[in-house]
Formats: sequence, structure tokens, C-alpha cells
Amino acid sequence: MKENIVSLDMIPCGKRAKVKELTSVGNLRRRMLDLGLIIGTIVESLRKSPSGDPTAYEIRGAVIALRSEEASKIMVELI
Amino acid sequence: MGLTAQSTGIGALKEMLDIKMNPVDDIVVALAGNPNTGKSTVFNSLTGLNQHTGNWTGKTVTTAQGNYRFKDKNFILVDLPGTYSLLSNSVEEEIARDFICFGNPGATVVVTDATCLERNLNLVLQILEITDKVVVCVNLMDEARRKKIQIDLNKLSELLGVPVVGTNARSGDGLEELMDAVYKVSANEISTEPVIIQYNSHTEEILQDIERKIKRYADDRINSRWVSLKLIDGEKTILNSINKYLGLDLAVQLNEEFENLRDQIVSSIVKLAESISSQVVYTQNQKHNELDRRIDDILTSKIFGIPAMIALLGVIFWITIEGANIPSDAIANVLFGIEDKLTKLFTIYNLPKWLHGVLVLGMYRTLAWVVSVMLPPMAIFFPLFTFLEDLGYLPRVAFNLDNFFKKACAHGKQALTMCMGFGCNAAGVIGCRIIDSPRERLIAVITNFFVPCNGRFPTLIAISTIFIAGTSSGKIQSVIAALTITIVIVLGVLMTLLASKILSKTVLKGIPSSFALELPPYRKPQIGRIIVRSIFDRTIFVLGRAVMVAAPAGLFIWIMANMNIKGISLLDHSAGFLEPFANLLGMDGYILMAFILGLPANEIVMPIIIMSYMAAGSMLELDNLEALRNLLISHGWTWLTAVNVMLFCLMHFPCATTLLTIRKETKSWKWTLVSFLVPTAAGITATFVVTQIVRLLGLV
Repeated sequence: MKENIVSLDMIPCGKRAKVKELTSVGNLRRRMLDLGLIIGTIVESLRKSPSGDPTAYEIRGAVIALRSEEASKIMVELI
Repeated sequence: MGLTAQSTGIGALKEMLDIKMNPVDDIVVALAGNPNTGKSTVFNSLTGLNQHTGNWTGKTVTTAQGNYRFKDKNFILVDLPGTYSLLSNSVEEEIARDFICFGNPGATVVVTDATCLERNLNLVLQILEITDKVVVCVNLMDEARRKKIQIDLNKLSELLGVPVVGTNARSGDGLEELMDAVYKVSANEISTEPVIIQYNSHTEEILQDIERKIKRYADDRINSRWVSLKLIDGEKTILNSINKYLGLDLAVQLNEEFENLRDQIVSSIVKLAESISSQVVYTQNQKHNELDRRIDDILTSKIFGIPAMIALLGVIFWITIEGANIPSDAIANVLFGIEDKLTKLFTIYNLPKWLHGVLVLGMYRTLAWVVSVMLPPMAIFFPLFTFLEDLGYLPRVAFNLDNFFKKACAHGKQALTMCMGFGCNAAGVIGCRIIDSPRERLIAVITNFFVPCNGRFPTLIAISTIFIAGTSSGKIQSVIAALTITIVIVLGVLMTLLASKILSKTVLKGIPSSFALELPPYRKPQIGRIIVRSIFDRTIFVLGRAVMVAAPAGLFIWIMANMNIKGISLLDHSAGFLEPFANLLGMDGYILMAFILGLPANEIVMPIIIMSYMAAGSMLELDNLEALRNLLISHGWTWLTAVNVMLFCLMHFPCATTLLTIRKETKSWKWTLVSFLVPTAAGITATFVVTQIVRLLGLV
């Protein structure tokens, strides 16, 4: 079980994952929560920007691009 | 609630937002909603006031107001900044929150996107915690239908406990019902019972404890449950706002630390939104976003993303240049025909020669040049640009370019404010408010001028068409011109990145802050609306401004050209003074003077150059672009001059409007000066280096 948990930026494009934990604090954590990234939320990695970063994710029906710095602070489980 | 304007602090807010109203009869309606839900379209459709709207996040950075009449009442609609939430502590969110909470609006309309309801419900639920006078407007119902998404509006209304109206603001569907619902809610004809968000027992316990204490001090002047929630959410700014608008210092009275239960609070809201959404939204086609995905596969792809972006830009310029040639000549013919008639009129009535000089040769001719050179390219370019804006392409540009901005230690949203700069740099500077971090906002402000605005495009288009491309023949002429401008734009973007990088490594040190960029669904642009809007909002506005500045400038130039000191005109004196320096930069004194005189508005740089040449030279008849080219050549222009003028046009001191806006936004003369110096230094360096290298190599 534990092995399946990785950070969101490690999820390959086209795969879906379930949010397990947010490791960010303060304002960044607020922002991530405001996007609807609470525990249990299902996120799909859609595509990478031409230069590899940021990555677009589908979060609760909206397409949101996150830089790898932010995505690396969201722990998810591949599904 | 029977409170006076004084006691609710609405005076202060009204001052802040400058609302003009009759306090007895008028009803203030707040318009809230997520960015990109068509909120501004709802606003425009209701008020008829043409506030500019675009398909990108955070367009409304200041509050716009308009009014409409419904039945016997006058409603004042205040368009609040678009926000996803009221919890994140950004400036816009604070404005929206404070207005809904303390502005005491008769009703708050929350505009939501039917294609993405769940995400929008987050804000709806947060607003329902503040006030019960809410009408939910589910907009973009046609988009939803197209994507085969159905929404049970009655059920939604039942679950939320407030009226829900489905609309298509672009076609006007449902707006009558919306106004009716707002009327009834504000007149208390409908009593609303907003859903109450239940938190877990631990949170509720703490919440009720604080709520009791707040009630003791604030009575019913504020929603005490909501304020308590904010406090245990770790939100300190709410205490300042309460102090500011209600004159009540709760911080002193409560004097305690609150347990931060934010995760719990947000989770409850998000889960409730999810639950409501699942009960009212029916998606027939699970792959309703397939088309968007496929378009994105190309426009943001690893291989084609950036080339597609540059190609798109090139095509737009090509269409503009190719299309503008014919009307430019036609307009010039008509306008200069009128000049001849005016001259005859002056001769018939035997009016003094100097009057003819001042009014016809000075003012009228400059105006005629501004109109015939600028109007056609603008009338073609702006609708095309607005089309991309409406389509939702600009956030994709930001997505493609973000990594470069990150490497320049700048904020990802700077790509968006840069795009706004293409319209108007002053607007771009105001747009920088969407960037929260003060350091990154300053970088975005200072470097905004590196992308050419409306006022500078005509100069670039004119020079590349008549000069650079003029040396080649036939069809490829416009292709070369378009290519030249595209290169200039790419250079502008590179300079933006370079300057941002240098700034963040020197005076504005720091690391890039976090950001999340929404890529909204593509929307089918409405061609008719685009044309009307881009012609009226942009073309007429820019042309009007140019004409206002060009007329006195033409007059001034004519006087300078005709006032002599020791047999040499003032114009030649000034140009002669600037000549040595201008020569180092590969230009001449007249050109440099035109840039300096163009400080009020960059639109008039090219007309001033033409006017000075015509006043100083032998050539007085100038009725087509070919003649214009000959005029420039007769004044010693080479391709190097043209390149330098374009470089300097791209990089020099911002126009007066932009500078004043920067002063207002940064509240600092120091940063205004920096914003003046950075592009100027870049322009001087670039033209100097290019000129010296070309001359050294003997290329001209």
C-alpha cells in the first residue's frame, strides 16, 4: 500500500491518482485546498507543457496547470 | 436590517469603490463568481455598459459598475473581481469578501459556469455562509447543452435554499428571470433559507463558543457564525476589516489564539459541493471535453506548441498587413483630397497664410496621416486578437511559456499580464494585480513595456510594410513584413524574460512563488460581437486618443518648423541638437525627437517623423505609401535605420499614461523611474550595438 504513494508530479500523463496528503503549509496549502484538492480527490494528469513543466491536471472538472514544485507537495496514490 | 449607512461602514466602502447612488431608492447588487464564467458578459448584458471581457482568468482586476432599471427600481450592479474562493487571502478575494460582507448589498448574484458546476459551488457555498440574500446564476447553459451536460436547476435551488436562474448571457436568455429574482430577493419577496454547512462536532463546538463571544460585542451587525469560521480558519485580515468598516476592535476584545481547522473547514465545503453537484448534474457524454483535449494536444504539444504559437502570430500579422494595404491607400486618397479642398477654401476666402499653415498643414495633415496609417491595421488586427482572447487561447500561451518565466524567477501569470500589454501597456500594468507576490508583481510591471501595445503596432506595421518589405517585390512583400514583426515580438518576449531574470538576480532577488493556472474550456467566439467590441472598445478608443494627441502635436511641429532663429527653424535646431547621439544609435535627430514628443502617446511617433521630414524637406505632396517610402529614403533612411526605429519602438520609455499608471500601482516614484530606465537602457544598448556592428562590417 505504502509503495503506491508518490508525489503528483511523478504521475505519468493520462493516469489518474487519488490525493492522500498535502505536504505544503501556509498559503500554498490554502491554494491547493481551494482548488478542491482535499484528501480523496481524484486527479488526472493530462499533459506537460512543451518544455516539460508545468503539467495540466484535471481537478474536479477544471483543467489546472501546476508547476512541479507545487505538484511535488501533493502525495497521491495511483489508481 | 434597519442600520444607517454610517453604522455599517458602507460609507467607507462606497468611497473605496466610488459608488454613485441614491441611498434611499437605489439597490446595490454585487456580482460575484469564478473567473471565466461569463460574469462580465452578464454584467454587460444587464447594464449595457461596455466593459471589456476576455476569456482568461483574472481579467476584472478592478470593480466595474453599471446600473439597470427593473420594474420601478434602479439597480446598481457592482462587478466584483472573479475569485474561486474567499479564503485565499489575495487582494481580489479581500475586496470581494469585504463588499459582500460589509457593503450590505441588496442582493448578491453568484455567476457560475454550467459546464463546471462543482468547482463553482465552492464559492457559492462560501458566499451563502456570509449572506442569505443570494441569487445563483448558472451561466453558459448553451455550452453545457453542447457538451450534453444537464442541470436540474429546481433541485439545485432546493438544495442551496436560494433562487437559481439558468442563463445564456451572450444571447440574453434568462436575464429577465435573473433580474426578477434579484428584485424579489432584494425586496424580501422571496425568503431564502441557505443551506448550512455542517462541520464535524469538534469544529462546531469551537465555532459556537467563539460565536457567542462575538455576538456579545457585535450584536447582529455581522454574521457571527461566519466571522467565527474565519477566525478558526486562521484568517486575521477579517479582524482588520471589521475594525475598518464597523469600528469594532474584536482583536482586543477576544484576545485569544484560535485553533487552525482550515483543512477540516475546506473539506466540508468541497464535499458538500461534490454532493450537491452529484445530485443535480447529469453528464450524458463522459467524454464531453474530448474536443478541447484534442485542440490542446496540438496547441500545447511538445513539438508543435511553441511553433504553432509563433506561426499563429505571424499569420495574424500577415492578414493584417495584406488586408490593410488597400484601405490605407484609399483612406489616404480621400483624406488628402479633403486637404486640397480645404486649401482651396482658404484661398477663396482669402484667409491668412499662417492660419492655413497651422490648421491645414499642421493639424489636419497630421490627423490625416494618423488615421490613414493606423486605422486599417487596427481594424483588422484587433478583431483577430480579440478572437484568440475569446477562444481561450491566451492561457495556453501562459501554459507554453511558463517554464521560461519560472527560469527567469518570475511569476507564471506574468505571461498573462504580458499578453494584456499587447492591448495596452497601462492595462497590462493594472493587470499585474493578479500577481500576489509584491516582488514578482514589480518585475511584471517593469518589464511590461517590452511587448508592443496598440499604439506601437501601427508604427511597426508601417515601417515593416513600407520599408523592410518594400525592397522585395510582389506577394512575398507582406510575408516578409509579417515575418519581421513576428521576429520583433519574439524579441520583445525574450527581452521580457531577460530583463525579468536580471531584475530577480539583482534589485528584486527572490525565488518564484507558487501558482496554479486554469486552462478554461475553449469557447466558440461570437464573430459579430467580436467585431463590434474590438472596433468600438479598442480601435475607436486608440484612434481617438491618437487624434487627441496628434492634433496639438501637429500644430506644435508646424510651429517649430516655421519659427526661425538665425535662418534655421526651431525644428532643425532641436533635431540638430539630438543628431550626434541619434547617429550613434543609427537613427537621426528627427526620429529621436519624435520618440520624445511621442511620450504622451506612442501612436504619434510615425506621424511626427513624417511631419518633420515634410516640413523640413522639399516634398509636400504625399499621397501614397510609395511616396512615403521615397520621403524616408530622401532623408537618408536605410534598412539599418528601419531596424533601429523598430528596435527603439519596441524598447524605449513607456508612454505617459503607462508611467502614471505604474506610479499609481506601485505607489513609488523610484519604481516608476526604474520602469522608465530599464526599457530605455535596453533600447539604447540594442540600437547602439546593432548600428556599430553593422557599420564596422560595412554592411550599409
